[in-house]
Amino acid sequence: MIPVVTKGLVHDYVTRDEEGNASETKRALDHVEITVEEGQFVAILGANGSGKSTLAKHINALLLPSDGTVLTCDMDTADDSYLWEIRKNAGMVFQNPDNQIVASVVEEDVGFGPENLGVPTEEILTRVSDSLRAVGMTAYKSTSPNKLSGGQKQRVAIAGILAMEPRCILLDEPTAMLDPIGRREVLETVHRLNREKNITVLLITHYMEEVIDADRVIVMRDGTVRMQGTPREIFSRVEELKDLRLEVPQVTELSHELAKRGLPMKITLTPEEFAEEYAAKCAGNLPVRANKENAAESARKETAADAAPVLSLRDAKFVYGEGTAFEKTAVDDVTVDVYPGEYIGLIGHTGSGKSTLIQLFNGLEKPTSGTVCFEGEDIAGDKYNRRELRFNVGLVFQYPDHQLFETTVFQDVCYGPKNQGLAGDELKERAEWALRLVGVDESQWQSSPFELSGGQKRRVAIAGVLAMKPKVLVLDEPTAGLDPGGRDEILSEIDRIRKETGMTVILVSHRMEDVARYADRLIVMNDGKVLYADTPREVFKHRAELTEVGLEVPQVTQVMQLLKERGIPVPTDIITTEEAIKALLPE
Amino acid sequence: MLRDITIGQYYPAESCIHRLDPRTKIVGTMLYIISLFLFKSFPGFIVVVTAYTGILILSHVPFSYVIRGLKPILLILFITVFFNILATKGTVLWQWKAITITKEGLQRGAFMGFRLILLILGTSMMTYTTTPNQLTDGLERLMAPLKVLHFPVHEMAMMMSIALRFIPILTEEATRIRKAQTARGADMESGGLIKRAKSMVPLFIPLLVSAFHRAFDLAMAMEARCYHGGKGRTKMKPLRYRLRDAFAYLYLGCYLGTIILLRVWLKI
Repeated sequence: MIPVVTKGLVHDYVTRDEEGNASETKRALDHVEITVEEGQFVAILGANGSGKSTLAKHINALLLPSDGTVLTCDMDTADDSYLWEIRKNAGMVFQNPDNQIVASVVEEDVGFGPENLGVPTEEILTRVSDSLRAVGMTAYKSTSPNKLSGGQKQRVAIAGILAMEPRCILLDEPTAMLDPIGRREVLETVHRLNREKNITVLLITHYMEEVIDADRVIVMRDGTVRMQGTPREIFSRVEELKDLRLEVPQVTELSHELAKRGLPMKITLTPEEFAEEYAAKCAGNLPVRANKENAAESARKETAADAAPVLSLRDAKFVYGEGTAFEKTAVDDVTVDVYPGEYIGLIGHTGSGKSTLIQLFNGLEKPTSGTVCFEGEDIAGDKYNRRELRFNVGLVFQYPDHQLFETTVFQDVCYGPKNQGLAGDELKERAEWALRLVGVDESQWQSSPFELSGGQKRRVAIAGVLAMKPKVLVLDEPTAGLDPGGRDEILSEIDRIRKETGMTVILVSHRMEDVARYADRLIVMNDGKVLYADTPREVFKHRAELTEVGLEVPQVTQVMQLLKERGIPVPTDIITTEEAIKALLPE
Repeated sequence: MLRDITIGQYYPAESCIHRLDPRTKIVGTMLYIISLFLFKSFPGFIVVVTAYTGILILSHVPFSYVIRGLKPILLILFITVFFNILATKGTVLWQWKAITITKEGLQRGAFMGFRLILLILGTSMMTYTTTPNQLTDGLERLMAPLKVLHFPVHEMAMMMSIALRFIPILTEEATRIRKAQTARGADMESGGLIKRAKSMVPLFIPLLVSAFHRAFDLAMAMEARCYHGGKGRTKMKPLRYRLRDAFAYLYLGCYLGTIILLRVWLKI
């Protein structure tokens, strides 16, 4: 049996007008030819809109070819009589964990598939308990899915597929909405199933770290297959991947850059591998360099400390559901200052209190005890105008879909300044200024915000807050779910906006590489408390402590510390690829 | 907070009430609702409260959890009591301009209030101890005879259970949307009725869009898991009456009997 074969697969999305005539045709897949062998772990990589999800839907017979054929487990998807057999054999896990769980109790949800297949009751029960054990969720069998974390929900979804006893599992960006811990949980589960049960896995993703352990990687762009090969083969084509709006892990990029500059390095995929390779081949002629702090950086630290803080928290505490069984201290005695013009990276895993903290910044929540001051004034005061505060501390939430509502992009951006009391030309100018600042093209101003791509929606959402001309701009994971190309664009735009306007920026992020590159200072949250508040360079010196709370330091920092452990005289306070290249090249 | 609403939410526990056949619980709840309208004075409540307390203890659901389920109906409760107090004529206790409070009004208000509270407590007991899936299974089986009339029994049951599953998700999403718009200076609390209704547009549109997205996603996920209607489906937990259901029906019979006897003999 061959799990997946596609021959000349074409898919056209046809938009029809009111009379049912085709008005617009968009080619999503263009003569795709792939074969997946039994027991393989295959990753499909591609930027947003590359056609990778459409491909997965074809394999599951959720879509039918416009041209060409798809054979799933040797069955033609176009043959209606195989439909249920195909879906049973090639189960599919989707991106949004909430939107694929049908039942309100974990075990009943896992039983949903077998029930549909008409499996006898006794056997359903064994299958459900076996499947839950296989994903490590037995302890939660009678829990409501709403009480689970994202990673746990995805494991339940995987169990729901396993209970149908598939030969192949398709995962369509299963980790796009998860935090790093959830992502790891899901990947480990999938790898284990592949190894132990010999289930063929087809993983669709745009996170490069996730494909390192795959047997084979297929890279897509604009509905066509652009590259195929082992992760190592694919990752050595760094420049090509960048053209496809993808990236390679930081350590791979580092080895690539060094090799380009003449070092005898091969492409490496993990920090450990890099350290070994570098130590063996390149360390000999490295000059001894001392750890010395970047002069510009320390200067910046000093000037910042001179000014009065724009936001200032003193022993701020926030307790959810005080006095109920659900009482939870989300923010615990936090004391931090944010200075005008600073770029702050706020990091911490889900549940560390960072989301609550940013809501304290703009007065959406008032501290249970302690104080939060904006420009020296206590925001919890009776006479304090918290609505005014929200115009000064602009907060952009994670999902743009939670705020876009108007009929046109332009009107949506006007909503904030209109609430501020602006009207007429002033309002128009403000919205135009904000849209230009985030780089939304004028041709899109009159289109509906719901028709935009993920990256464009995010830009409009940010413009909607920028239009209020806040002094502080807080962004909650503005790049979640975007492909690497989209992510880099948004981040560099934020950096540019900050340089142009002098705005204070607070960026909530999971990605250490990003905050290391852009932020002046990091606030690391853990368990409601501030673990560190210092420059990235200082914070990333605490590698062991950060790992303990489930956070990581950038890969290049890991590399430096691993080299140091091997006795190679390299500085360990390196946090970006550019610095690492400089430190690892002989003079 | 919206997410604290517990009405219609399952409370996981291992109790004999949880293990009862959902059909027993549905029939029981329906008879319980009828029973609340069988008596017209306060002594009847003693029987109801006694019977309810018995179930509550057996169910292992904490009393505080049950009480919180009343929160969303507080407004309706208040209006009911208020109008009953004002609109009932009788012995005047207190009068101020057009507002008259009578002894009968107070009694009637309290009676109606109690009845409404017990109505909610009783029905929410069913949802606390029965998972939505069991509930819909029960309804599906109880309504099975309607299939003869081509009534889509299975589809209705499936729709209900999905609605129940997504209520907490959508309420939480509503909270997030409200926060996102408040952060853009939305003011949903002040102003007249029309202004407030208008200010809800930025809340409702994203919620509606999201609900449609979710519905579309879920339909696809269900298809991918081979859902094709009620035909040929088996059950993971098929409904079977057991001995404890017999006891439950006996308990129910005794309760109803007492109420009817009190009504007929003591004219309460």
